[in-house]
Amino acid sequence: MSVPTWERIVGNIGVIIVLLLIGGGLVWLFVRALRGKEVDRRVVFAFILISVAAPLLLTITFEMKPTHIVQELYDKIDNLPAGSRILLSFDFDPPMAPEVQPMADVVSRHVLTRGHKAVFMTLWATGQAQFNITLEDVIRRQFPNAVYGEHYVDLGYKAGNEGVLNVIRTDFKKMFPTDVNTVPWDSLPILEGIRSCSDFDLIISLGGGKPGVKEWVLFVGDPTGVPVAGGVAAVVAPMLYPYFPSQMCGLLGGIKGAAEYENYFRDNHPDHTDMETPAMIMMGPQTVAHVVILAFIVIGNVLFFVNRRKEVKR
Amino acid sequence: MSRLAVVVFVIVCAAFALSWVLRAGATEGDHAVRDAFLVTLSAFMTLAIMSFMYRDNPYYKFAEHLFVGISAAYWMCVGFWSTIVGNLVPRISEGLSDFFKVPYSGGGLDFDLFFLPYRVFYLIPIILGILLLMRLIPKTGWISRWPLAFIVGTFAGLNLIRYLQSDFIIQISATFVPLFVEWQGFGDFVSRLSLAADGQFIAMLSNLVIFLGVFCGLVYFFFSKEHTGWFGGASRLGIWILMITFGASFGYTVMGRISLLVGRLTFLFRDWLGIISS
Repeated sequence: MSVPTWERIVGNIGVIIVLLLIGGGLVWLFVRALRGKEVDRRVVFAFILISVAAPLLLTITFEMKPTHIVQELYDKIDNLPAGSRILLSFDFDPPMAPEVQPMADVVSRHVLTRGHKAVFMTLWATGQAQFNITLEDVIRRQFPNAVYGEHYVDLGYKAGNEGVLNVIRTDFKKMFPTDVNTVPWDSLPILEGIRSCSDFDLIISLGGGKPGVKEWVLFVGDPTGVPVAGGVAAVVAPMLYPYFPSQMCGLLGGIKGAAEYENYFRDNHPDHTDMETPAMIMMGPQTVAHVVILAFIVIGNVLFFVNRRKEVKR
Repeated sequence: MSRLAVVVFVIVCAAFALSWVLRAGATEGDHAVRDAFLVTLSAFMTLAIMSFMYRDNPYYKFAEHLFVGISAAYWMCVGFWSTIVGNLVPRISEGLSDFFKVPYSGGGLDFDLFFLPYRVFYLIPIILGILLLMRLIPKTGWISRWPLAFIVGTFAGLNLIRYLQSDFIIQISATFVPLFVEWQGFGDFVSRLSLAADGQFIAMLSNLVIFLGVFCGLVYFFFSKEHTGWFGGASRLGIWILMITFGASFGYTVMGRISLLVGRLTFLFRDWLGIISS
């Protein structure tokens, strides 16, 4: 067991002070609740703001162990032979980006690290801008040797929602005759031999809205038998869990799924130990905020029962 | 406008102008002033939206209206350039494709009009699209119901098959799980007993939860029989299953909302104020 050094103790003083501040505030509110006094909603907002901002400023992080459903996606990408063709669909927009962009970054990093051929596309008009972030932050910065058109390609956005999926299920080129830069399909070596979605070894949809992971499962995964995986915003994750494992081979649910993937990927790839881990950083504020919300639920219930007892006495 | 409102307005303007200047000084690159302005404007919009937490105010209203207006304009432009120029033009005319500088994907049944070849099949969606716009004229509004009926019918037909297959048949078959996973007798089960996530006991427990959860959930929605006796017990268990499901969904929703707040605060602390590194 390692003995905590003086520097670590000093470094953690900020964390301790903030936790004491939040804890003390909650105790004060609990005492007020026992006396039957209601709490202004702005006090609740202030607590949430502090509980989110403080861990962010003090960089409180937690180790994440991958859950089974996350591990399955990781293993699927890891176990495919190098050079396998993976389709990544960026089906999200800026409001979803805080949750889904970290997933898109780490999954793209994993795909390229394993030497797979990555074909990027989007069913959302806003997905193209989100892919450009991954292109700049991950692909160009960390994979300078990756050649466009050979190791990865961007097919861009195509309007039509489920209609697009219905077409590319049987004829990809019909819907995407060129890449995003209007380079013809036939002049891109990475697309050689791809006629339909069935020619991909894995399809990963990153999103949370409609069309998204569910539509990929319904219109492509189930009819063709191509393995489909996803990374989704937390709001829709519970609705997609029933598709695992028979219809989906893995799912990253919300920022927690992303953090688990980041942690596991970093631990298993020593050459990526210094990579950015936005999802893991976000789990600090998440954890503290959830504890505060739970405390508020308890305080609210205490207040409810105290007030009810008062009314009964009257 | 009250004197206090004017004072607050002047202070806000001065603070964000100062922020722009300081941000421009700290930003590197050829477009430092522009980038600093955009970051400062984003920070102002973020804080303006968040100010609603305190109470409704003109800054919040300004940010909200600007957001709605820009979103509508953005989607209108995207609709034109991606659906009409991106999908329709390359399929309908070589001349129009050249005009919009998009690659022409020719072939099919063509006819010439005004010295330009057109593909007949794709004129149908144009006509339906124009009919849809008839809704803007009150007297001819009823015509828009025809293309609308076509859209609804097409999507209903497309979705019916896929949902029936994926959400009904495959989901039912996915519920048929073995209650005794790798069962080789009670002695073997006891000797291998462990609480590991991939162990036999947890697998059996998981499958039992799926079986009971689905069964009792369905019992709750069966209203042709009175919910009494063992049937009522199963129904009540179904309610608990549903409540746990809704609770899990709510928990995930809370996580999503907190993630959004973290995203905005990260922007404010890192991109605007520069007090955190990543």
